[in-house]
Amino acid sequence: MKKGILSKNFQLFVTIVLFLVLFLAGSLRYRGFFSAQVFLNLFIDNAYLIIIAVGLTFVLISGGIDISVASVVAFVGMLSAYLLQNGWNPYVVMLLMLLIGSTGGFLMGYIIHYFKIQPFIATLAGQFLYRGACFIISTTSIIIDNPVYTTIANYQIKLAPKAYISISVVIALLVVIAGTIMARFSKFGRAVYAVGGNEQSANLMGLPVGRIKVLVYVLSGFCAALGGIVFSFYTLSGYGLQNIGLEMDAIASSVIGGTLLTGGVGSVVGSMFGVLIQGIIQTIIIFQGNLSSWWTKVAVASLLCLFIVLQRIISANRDKFKRKMLNNA
Amino acid sequence: MENKEILLTMRKISKTFPGVKALNNVDFTLRKGEIHALLGENGAGKSTLIKVLTGVESMDGGQVTLEGKPIHVKSSQHAQTLGISTVYQEINLCGNLSVAENIFIGREPMAYGMIDWKMINKRAKELLNNLNVDIDVTKTLDSYPVAIQQMVAIARALDISAKVLILDEPTSSLDAAECKELFTVMRKLCNEGMGIIFVTHFLDQVYEVSDRITVLRNGELVGEYEAKSLPKVELIGKMIGKDYEQLQQIESAKKAHMENKESYLTCKNLTTEGNLKNLDLEVNKGEVLGLAGLLGSGRTETVRALFGADKILGGELSVKNTRIRNNKPITAIRKGMGYCSEDRKSEGIVGELTIRENIILALQAKKGMFRFIGKKEQTKISQQYIKLLDIKTPGCEQQIKNLSGGNQQKVLLARWLATNPELLMLDEPTRGIDVGTKAEIQKIVLELAEKGMSIIFISSEMDEMLRCCERMVVLNDKKKLGELSGNEKNEQVIMEMIAGGKSV
Ligand SMILES: Nc1ncnc2c1ncn2[C@@H]1O[C@H](COP(=O)(O)OP(=O)(O)OP(=O)(O)O)[C@@H](O)[C@H]1O
Ligand SMILES: [Mg+2]
Repeated sequence: MKKGILSKNFQLFVTIVLFLVLFLAGSLRYRGFFSAQVFLNLFIDNAYLIIIAVGLTFVLISGGIDISVASVVAFVGMLSAYLLQNGWNPYVVMLLMLLIGSTGGFLMGYIIHYFKIQPFIATLAGQFLYRGACFIISTTSIIIDNPVYTTIANYQIKLAPKAYISISVVIALLVVIAGTIMARFSKFGRAVYAVGGNEQSANLMGLPVGRIKVLVYVLSGFCAALGGIVFSFYTLSGYGLQNIGLEMDAIASSVIGGTLLTGGVGSVVGSMFGVLIQGIIQTIIIFQGNLSSWWTKVAVASLLCLFIVLQRIISANRDKFKRKMLNNA
Repeated sequence: MENKEILLTMRKISKTFPGVKALNNVDFTLRKGEIHALLGENGAGKSTLIKVLTGVESMDGGQVTLEGKPIHVKSSQHAQTLGISTVYQEINLCGNLSVAENIFIGREPMAYGMIDWKMINKRAKELLNNLNVDIDVTKTLDSYPVAIQQMVAIARALDISAKVLILDEPTSSLDAAECKELFTVMRKLCNEGMGIIFVTHFLDQVYEVSDRITVLRNGELVGEYEAKSLPKVELIGKMIGKDYEQLQQIESAKKAHMENKESYLTCKNLTTEGNLKNLDLEVNKGEVLGLAGLLGSGRTETVRALFGADKILGGELSVKNTRIRNNKPITAIRKGMGYCSEDRKSEGIVGELTIRENIILALQAKKGMFRFIGKKEQTKISQQYIKLLDIKTPGCEQQIKNLSGGNQQKVLLARWLATNPELLMLDEPTRGIDVGTKAEIQKIVLELAEKGMSIIFISSEMDEMLRCCERMVVLNDKKKLGELSGNEKNEQVIMEMIAGGKSV
């Protein structure tokens, strides 16, 4: 029984241990690394990526993929900056962004399911569309100076005299909690796992496969838009070339966190730690001082390889385990 | 019984697939509180009728009524809400979810707006206990063997407490004890007024539980009969459409020709990754050796070890007097072995490939990738086996997933026959295959043996084994209990051996 739980969550366990090891290594190597604020900055700097990764995790578990998310972030940044400059109410702008993200997700999901278009292709089209739309609004960067945005951006929630977090971190943590509950304890969440495990079976078991698949992309679009809003708090500007390739960072985080790209397996918390691991590698490289930030990519690439191999080993062991069960049956 | 209330009617149902008329004006009537057997050869249209009824396939024409009201089922989800619950022929569950979740997904009990996992696990445990299955329901489904998975699928369907319960070959991987549990539950549900449609190729089971029988042949209705007033021989005649004499021929085809015993394969003191313990086994040229035992007794593990699918941890294995170390499937194939696995869905067929490609697969592997078999040659070989095994298909370029369950099994068999092996290991080769073809396959097995091929035969149907095998090795608990040959082997002796071996 205990062994079962461990093997089920083994990858998550490895991810968390790896995170701790990296944090410990950084702390031993660099002065000033071991501090509450360095730890909290991981969340502050990556809040938007955590939010995006949560939505994407559901897509990946369902067996799909969404590569439009980075462009959504850029588009949301652009459009909000533009609308705010034109005097729109900031809360209306935020709501509108969430609506746009969800609708875009709905359209892509609909096309994917009902016209049987590969998710990669459908969301690639979405990616181009959003990115292109950015430059229709403006080819240069637009500053956000709306007081509501700047207040939220600069607000510090003190946890201790020398440790604070931003509002974005609170939003990200709420998304992680909501996502975890949804994945573990909602009918929708479980159905996503079932569809990712075996779509045909899910259909024959009477699950509304079409609706679930569309909803997954709605969720991903919503999270991408929310991530975009949080990202505009972070940069206080909109720019069309922002965040190119971010979708791959999000996918990599999920994989490091234990999500199988073939679907059916993964967890929201795992993806969050996936993001944090990428964040900590970046921090280490900054502390090192003399390395180019591209070393982050090299390190993440090696980690990805490591984790994919690890997944193989785990699933191979499960086959062995299965045979054992067969023998004991 | 005659005046039982009518629950479900299907009238003039037709369904055409490209190149196949799967159903042609079929009528079917189900009454409340009856178990209705739906019978026919492989490819007769049984599963298609069920899929049309449950909205998985759309029908080209016909009407369906449930409790007198016309219904148009749009999806399996819709069928469930109308009170039609189904176990499909191929197990359709999600291996990545836990056993309990597979039983409850889509209709999870909730508490405070969240899924009540405690309740799910508890109820799942109870439901399976009712079927006498005692397993850890929190483990993922794919950690259990096919038989357990089948029980889980049945438990799910039973719990949907519907008006109509459909079971498409639910017993194909179950052993006698498990079948008995299932039948008890089925009878109980009938008494509560449910109507049950039961598809199977085991005619004894038909007579054991069903009240009424509907027979299909080549997509057409042959007729509806009272089980009591239709003798078995007549039933078979109606299914295959000609008089039934084949089985009798089989009995006489079998003969004792084993004088010059030349050993093909021996293993001594074999211990394997599959938990086999100290197995001694000898397979002679040109003999059919049966492996008898219950589920989990080590039959499958034995052939897996010989084929190199399970690692050998201790002992010796030699083929034609040369010792084999580090046995792997590819070496086994090259040495002249063939293994037709019992797990057709996950280890056997490649659904997206055509029948031709599926048949050629093992032969190509044997020849090596660089000696490509020409397409013409491939077609010739496939057509030969399509004819030999009477595979129902419009042609050899059909995707195998479009074949009926029994016909897929035949393709799998053809794959290994095509390699013309020296030792052919057949693990449940006739699962889901109709009576006529079963007899045909048994005949082929005996003919091949006569030509000098060694065959290891595993089947949970004891008569089939007794009919085909000259010698039988009885296994229990991964150990060999003993061997029987000639006249000493009969069902009772074997059962007693197993029962005796268990107490040790
Ligand atoms: N999706 C499909 N595409 C093309 N042909 C199909 C498809 N499904 C079934 N068929 C054909 O329809 C016929 C009836 O198949 P069906 O599965 O109903 O047979 P069955 O009576 O259930 O046989 P079995 O006993 O082998 O399960 C077969 O000839 C089969 O090849
Ligand atoms: Mg069938």
